[in-house]
Amino acid sequence: MTIVLEGRGITQDYQVREGFLGGWKAVRAVKGVDFQLERGKTLAIVGESGSGKSTLARIIALIDPQSGGTLKIEGQAIDISRQRITPALRSKVQMVFQNPYGSLNPRQKVGDVLMEPLLLNTPLSGDERRARAEAMLTKVGLAPEHFNRYPHMFSGGQRQRIAIARALMLNPALLVLDEPVSALDLSVQAQVLNLLGDLQEEFQLTYVFISHDLSVVRHIADEVMVLSKGEAVEQGSREALFADPKHPYTRQLFAATPVVSVDAIRERVARRQAARVLHP
Amino acid sequence: MALLTIKNLTVRFATASGAFTAVDGVDISVDKGEVLAIVGESGSGKSVAMLAVMGLLPDTATVTADQMTYDGQDLLRLSPAERRRIIGREITMIFQEPIASLNPSFTVGFQIEEVLRINLGLDRRAARARALELFRAVGIPEPERKINAYPHQMSGGQCQRVMIAMAIASDPRLLIADEPTTALDVTIQKQILDLLMALQERYGMALILITHDMGVVAETADRVVVQYKGRKMEEADVLSLFSAPQNPYTRALLSALPENATGGRLPTVADFMAVEATAAEGLK
Repeated sequence: MTIVLEGRGITQDYQVREGFLGGWKAVRAVKGVDFQLERGKTLAIVGESGSGKSTLARIIALIDPQSGGTLKIEGQAIDISRQRITPALRSKVQMVFQNPYGSLNPRQKVGDVLMEPLLLNTPLSGDERRARAEAMLTKVGLAPEHFNRYPHMFSGGQRQRIAIARALMLNPALLVLDEPVSALDLSVQAQVLNLLGDLQEEFQLTYVFISHDLSVVRHIADEVMVLSKGEAVEQGSREALFADPKHPYTRQLFAATPVVSVDAIRERVARRQAARVLHP
Repeated sequence: MALLTIKNLTVRFATASGAFTAVDGVDISVDKGEVLAIVGESGSGKSVAMLAVMGLLPDTATVTADQMTYDGQDLLRLSPAERRRIIGREITMIFQEPIASLNPSFTVGFQIEEVLRINLGLDRRAARARALELFRAVGIPEPERKINAYPHQMSGGQCQRVMIAMAIASDPRLLIADEPTTALDVTIQKQILDLLMALQERYGMALILITHDMGVVAETADRVVVQYKGRKMEEADVLSLFSAPQNPYTRALLSALPENATGGRLPTVADFMAVEATAAEGLK
């Protein structure tokens, strides 16, 4: 068992201005969270807007430095406010964003999108970069002939495949996925979730999966952390958390999530019909 | 009895690469006091059909229908004045992005009072009183204070409540809600859906709910229309649709729900391609 990701007391403060002429004050967006994740597993971070889930994702993806606490990736303590991000470090963690329409440069051909991480972080030759990019296109369910096309020629699901391919070019150990399927239609969402599952198995990838959708989390996660207002109000294995949610906020989330259950529909329809008979 | 009846509705858009058919021969009807869900993925034409009813499509759109009647009146042949008496009063609509639906330069109070003054002919004092009453009806906290707020000072959920207050201001008989909760958090979504259902029951208005979310359909609709690529795939009461879906596309859509996954795997690309092929064949 290898621990790929570990966090202890991670905090993040943002400086905000109080009013138009007011002074600065610190807002703590993430209030000291702990987590630990084994290789090949998926940690889902669940929360609503303002919960700090994307802030935490950006810390784990080494985009923003944490304000406090220790972050370890493959056992190595990392604080990017104090150390330079080396190509070796950057290769360990990659990120996929929510909106594939915004996260791909419209003027960059797909091949260049995929080769850029290699150009910046590896000494590989142009031919080798090209070969790897073409191979990756096939891996994510696209074709090598897509190499010279622009992002606008692809559907949302295909674009998210390109974004995933880009993230995998450096053979990362850890992939941070920030709402990767929220912008996609249901049928396309299913395809992308399957792809993520296949890639995880093939490359022993470790995922941090940010989501607000409990049905997706239940499908993909091994471990779940529920964030509310910057605090991890509940965390545990998927089985335990879904079988017996303890914290009132978790229960509130579960209660609010619409479910497709034929029994529930039958009950609701009967209730409505009864109400109609009483108040026609 | 049918309140709104649409027969063989077709909407075409003139694009640079020729005509594009967004809605292709769709029949939709909704009864008084009924909740109809129109469900589909992006590009299914679910919004366009209702925008055609409201007359909100751009000039590039060509709308044709054998029949489009509201309460016995032919919506296709109304004079502009007659249209204004129905659209925006008896039929109202709310949209996906509540914050973008409101004008950022005016207070929410001004915007709802404008609706009341123009549509109901109320004077300023009466409009203010009615606006406060509506704010209470849709559950906006501290209505006296919030009525002077600008849209950016309110949350997305509160802005959607303001939109709903505007939409019910004229006691409409039909409210069309186009993805009303898609931009909202799940706990807020629940509050807004509960509010819409409560208002629907209290005022007995018909509600057309356009959504991509099967969970939302399951928890709100009486009857469901499933659309795909501009065509109606299936129409059924909500219980039949979920317990015994007839159309292969509906079946695939339901099996793609993560909660229905069997053996950890969702229906694959190939499954969906097969479904698309079947659906395409059904279209011929």
